[in-house]
Amino acid sequence: MMQMIRRLSTALLLATALFATAAHAQQAPDALVKSVSQDVLDTARSDPKVQAGDAARIREVVEAKLAPHFDFTHMTMLAMGRNWQKASPAQQAELTTQFKTLLVHTYAGALSKYRDEKIEYKPLAPNPSATDVTVKTQVIKSGGGAPVPIDYSLAKTADGWKAYDIIVAGVSLVTNYRDEFNEQIRNGGVDGLIKTLKAKNG
Amino acid sequence: MTNTLCRMLALAAALVVGGCAMGPTRDDPFEPFNRAMYAVHEPIDTHVVRPFIEGYTKVVPSPVRTAISNFFNNIDDLFSAINDGLQGKPDKFGNDLGRVVINSGVGLGGLIDIASQVGVERGNEDFGQTFGVWGFGQGPYLFIPLFGPTTVRDGSGWIVRLYWGPTGYIPDVRWRNSIYGLAAIDQRYQAQDAVSFVNDAALDRYAFIRRAYLQRRLYLLYDGKPPPQKEEQ
Repeated sequence: MMQMIRRLSTALLLATALFATAAHAQQAPDALVKSVSQDVLDTARSDPKVQAGDAARIREVVEAKLAPHFDFTHMTMLAMGRNWQKASPAQQAELTTQFKTLLVHTYAGALSKYRDEKIEYKPLAPNPSATDVTVKTQVIKSGGGAPVPIDYSLAKTADGWKAYDIIVAGVSLVTNYRDEFNEQIRNGGVDGLIKTLKAKNG
Repeated sequence: MTNTLCRMLALAAALVVGGCAMGPTRDDPFEPFNRAMYAVHEPIDTHVVRPFIEGYTKVVPSPVRTAISNFFNNIDDLFSAINDGLQGKPDKFGNDLGRVVINSGVGLGGLIDIASQVGVERGNEDFGQTFGVWGFGQGPYLFIPLFGPTTVRDGSGWIVRLYWGPTGYIPDVRWRNSIYGLAAIDQRYQAQDAVSFVNDAALDRYAFIRRAYLQRRLYLLYDGKPPPQKEEQ
């Protein structure tokens, strides 16, 4: 009898854990953007090392809390455009790693300047069949001034919704990098781009 | 008045010529020249302008800086309303004129942005966008030291604004120049975070600024709903 109860409770625990993971993966994209950004910002506000401007710690926070919700392969593919096909699988993997590092560093730099701005989240009209959405947010500066619109493009994957672009005041990060990547590849090929990314990250 | 008309005609001619000189896929036909200009701009910005703005941020208290930004934004909003009219956008015209009335009155001559606090958002129209709505091409991209990125179309808009802006009517030269100076400081102050973002993010700062500028202008031209862009050749 005891054994049965133990087995049952184990099964129950397992089911709860599975359910929790599934619920997270199935979280609506607008709710996901909100919970992830709030989590990152709450940490930025409460962590003394982040407050002190410890760059390594800020990167750690971004890596742990934000990066899992981005599809870096998708981002790299979009930034590469037609050049993606010219890269070997090994080069594609290296590009993705380097691009991810650059984006994490850049985001960490922006986060270190974060003070007490508020973020307004605009809810999406629910559409269960959507596979690609744009979640709109606005950053309101504490002292007044014009709010800055920040939009997130997300695609539905087997692993839940993943972001693949950030559009700040109309400027798409992926589009901006497409120009940069194109130019680097024109000048030095795919390896030239990898070298430039490594130098930038180093 | 005749003088004004002549200026407008000359401007229109410049825009047409500028528009034709451009290839269909190239936004930046003067790239070598622009890069040389950027090479002049960057060290001055990094070693002189940037430290100066950091000093301004330290010395001038935050509420005063915000009030200064609000004051100049209020004048921009007035021009936004004028351009809404020129573009035939009555809803935006009402919105922007409403902002100017609220902020100039309740907001103490534009020092407090009450309109944003009650949810009346800025229209962000200018003469460059009006020329775009009227059908002029953006013309070649230009990078001007200390002024920053622009295009022939946007630069022409800026010149129109400079001619007709209210500051030009201030009779005292010292006052007038002080206000121009403060406006320039405020503009650069508002861009400070963007400049450090570019330094973190860009592989090639010149190209990064160019694409960001052109994307931003396209976004504004289409009032936040730009058509999807084809990949460059």
